Amino acid sequence: MSLFSINVNGVTHEIEAEPQTPLLWILRDTLKLKGTKFGCGISQCGACTIHLDGQAVRSCALTLEMLEEEKIVTIEGLSEHLDHPVQIAWKQLDVPQCGYCQAGQMMTAAALLEENPKPSTEEIRNAMHGNICRCSAYSRIEKAVALAAKNLNPTS
Amino acid sequence: MMRSLKKKVSRRDFLRTSALSGGGLLIGFNLLSACKPEAKMPRNISEINFQDFNAFIKIGEDGYVTIISPNPEIGQGVKTAMPMIIAEELEVSWDKVIIEQGKLNTNDFDRQVAGGSQSIRHGWEGLRATGATARQMLINAAAIRWGVEASTCRAEEGKVINEQGDQYYYGELVADAAKLEIPEKVALKSPKDFKIIGQNATNVDMDAILGGQALYGMDLEREGMVYAAVRHPEAFGQTLLSYDDSATLKIKGVLRTLAFGDKIAVLATNTWAAFQGKDALKVEWKDGPKMESSTDHEKILTALLDSPQADIRREDGQVDQAMKQADFLLERDYHAPFLPHNCMEPMNFFAHVQPDKVELIGPIQTPAGSAKRVAKELNRAPEQISVEMTRMGGGFGRRLYGDFVLDAAIISDKSGLPIKLVYSREDDMTAGIYRPAMKYRIRAAVKAGKVSAYEMKEAGINGNMYGLIPNFFPAAAIQNYRVTSIKHQSDITIGAWRAPYTNFIGFAEQCFFDELAEQMQKDPISLRLELLENAKDHLDDKIQYSPQRMIDTIKLVARKGNWGKAKPGRYQGFSAYYSHNTHVAEIAEIEMVEGLPVVKKVTAAVDCGIVVNPTGAINQVQGGVIDGIGHALYGELQFENGKALSDNFDNYKLIRMREVPEVEVHFVESQEHPTGLGEPGLPPAAAAVANAIFKASGQRIYRQPMLKAFQEAAQS
Repeated sequence: MSLFSINVNGVTHEIEAEPQTPLLWILRDTLKLKGTKFGCGISQCGACTIHLDGQAVRSCALTLEMLEEEKIVTIEGLSEHLDHPVQIAWKQLDVPQCGYCQAGQMMTAAALLEENPKPSTEEIRNAMHGNICRCSAYSRIEKAVALAAKNLNPTS
Repeated sequence: MMRSLKKKVSRRDFLRTSALSGGGLLIGFNLLSACKPEAKMPRNISEINFQDFNAFIKIGEDGYVTIISPNPEIGQGVKTAMPMIIAEELEVSWDKVIIEQGKLNTNDFDRQVAGGSQSIRHGWEGLRATGATARQMLINAAAIRWGVEASTCRAEEGKVINEQGDQYYYGELVADAAKLEIPEKVALKSPKDFKIIGQNATNVDMDAILGGQALYGMDLEREGMVYAAVRHPEAFGQTLLSYDDSATLKIKGVLRTLAFGDKIAVLATNTWAAFQGKDALKVEWKDGPKMESSTDHEKILTALLDSPQADIRREDGQVDQAMKQADFLLERDYHAPFLPHNCMEPMNFFAHVQPDKVELIGPIQTPAGSAKRVAKELNRAPEQISVEMTRMGGGFGRRLYGDFVLDAAIISDKSGLPIKLVYSREDDMTAGIYRPAMKYRIRAAVKAGKVSAYEMKEAGINGNMYGLIPNFFPAAAIQNYRVTSIKHQSDITIGAWRAPYTNFIGFAEQCFFDELAEQMQKDPISLRLELLENAKDHLDDKIQYSPQRMIDTIKLVARKGNWGKAKPGRYQGFSAYYSHNTHVAEIAEIEMVEGLPVVKKVTAAVDCGIVVNPTGAINQVQGGVIDGIGHALYGELQFENGKALSDNFDNYKLIRMREVPEVEVHFVESQEHPTGLGEPGLPPAAAAVANAIFKASGQRIYRQPMLKAFQEAAQS
């Protein structure tokens, strides 16, 4: 067991755990942040996507020992009042079906827009390709990312 | 429209009201009674516990209305749509409505199930009558206060208004209303006056989903709860010989192990430790007498199709004679692989078995059935079992089966602890209850330019088609008609998978008709319309579909999908299939990119009667189409010596964003009662794509996964 200090949604936590423990389970079982979802455990489905210094990463494949002093943001910390442009767009277009993958979808979309505020359709499809939605709500996910980009850039 | 509920069931059995202790009116109704006239409520009204009702509404003195949504929510949208129906008849503003998920309490219940796209269809009349009854009682209460006839008053946006324009808010009337007799007759609204039904209502759990709140079974925590992971046999047909847990018990967080049946549970303080502990078990399994492989299934199913043996599901006319007299015959075989469900939320369930009660909480499509199984297994009285439903991260049929609920209860019983059973993705995919591998042989006779006979034989692993399916199209459309089926018993567990059976029959049949039309040198839509016209004259009581509604649906898709007018480089394919009481027709458009088919667009026309929540309805159809195409193109679970060869998303492909076509959805204008949408969009989708692939390449597809079949055909 080792001691780790991690910063999640602006709060620093002291965590005692095995160094190989994936961040996903620290978030979910230790910190009780249940928004980050378990889907596959091998970074194939994207349900566990979080932001690590603003980059979208899979928390199921990110072990504690791999972390340095990055700022971790989960869906719970994406915005204070559910008003991130991505969340607004998701609601406007009534995107979720079962909803389970949507936190990961939104985190991927938010990181994309941070890096590329005006993505083309192809760029959106490429960026979202790693996130599986078994309900296949893909049509609206794609439209919602485009709408969020439009809301971010009202003049264009 | 006045409708007497006496026709169906006595009102006393159907509705109960009471005053709430905190002020307000509570109306409960029993969906079982609403659906089944013979059903009886078991109790005296004075002893009613409203928790026992399948659905109810609470009208608070503050004017807010709480509607308990009875059925499990798996992403199909009933938690939004079912309360919309009550709110419509109640005459309240949708923004004053609060939705709660109803619980199950083991007695008397039926149809508190998510499955078969039936929630809205079965609930429609009962939900409307409940809302209308509450509205009428509030009107009656106001009328008494004013000393006027109730018929001179009306309800609007949570108020009762009289001819002078005086008004009472519902909240001011509930105490009086609760004391009134339940009216014998209630007027239901005319669909043209609907204000909520037919308008878009956002998913009621939207904000919780956006904020990442703990909604799902996977997220549930309870005081003192520990996590349990289960090591299943590695192959179907294996039994447990022995196991060594010494490495497991060294893992930090692991508490203990316990064996039950042929499984071993690892209990731990967190999910990760439970998973690691499960993997660290050293287990000796014993193979059973028949450890089957997919290559065996290929041969077995083909041999079953070739054999004369089969159960007749429906037979009309003289099929054999018509086949002999034909100008020509077309016979084709279609092959379907096993499919896992792959719900994004892996199976999980909370169980706390205590001396006097058993508490079960989690994602389950069949709470009542699962409670019964647990009661039987633990030898408990049914009333000791309670089930609470969480929102579900997908169902698709997998959560109809309470195997994991039973396992959770057994582990809690044996350990004496409150536990949550959690599956890893590998557990979920390799210890599944699969869409069975199936084969269909379809044969048709053509005489003098008409289809004179049709025969379909089904051979499946462990499963046979539902009884209703033989009465779908082309029954009645072709007078010499026979459907038969036969199955092979295997150790591999099978079950319902989104649009059970029709998910593949739809493909086989609709590919066949496309090829038949080609051979008859007819346009596939013209052939279909001709057959449906013929069906109108040969309907019987068993026939499930409506030829006219299907004709209208096909005509709508032909118009909206620009049938026959594809852009250069685009190729169209048509398919139409009725399932789960809904008529659907689809046109797929593909392009060939580097020699491979790419689906670019699907236009769907749907007749599901009145569309309760258009935004939810479109989402369901789009999802069904894309899901259907994805699984048909890529999906396949193969077995070798009883062992599943795929176990996670690195070796099992689901459709992803770059492969997703545009899906345009059109609804047939209708005043008919609504039918479900979770499933019907899916069955026609794969055939529409396969038929478009034929147009583009001249290659017919007889086998799923279609992409693999296409590539193999291209190479040969």
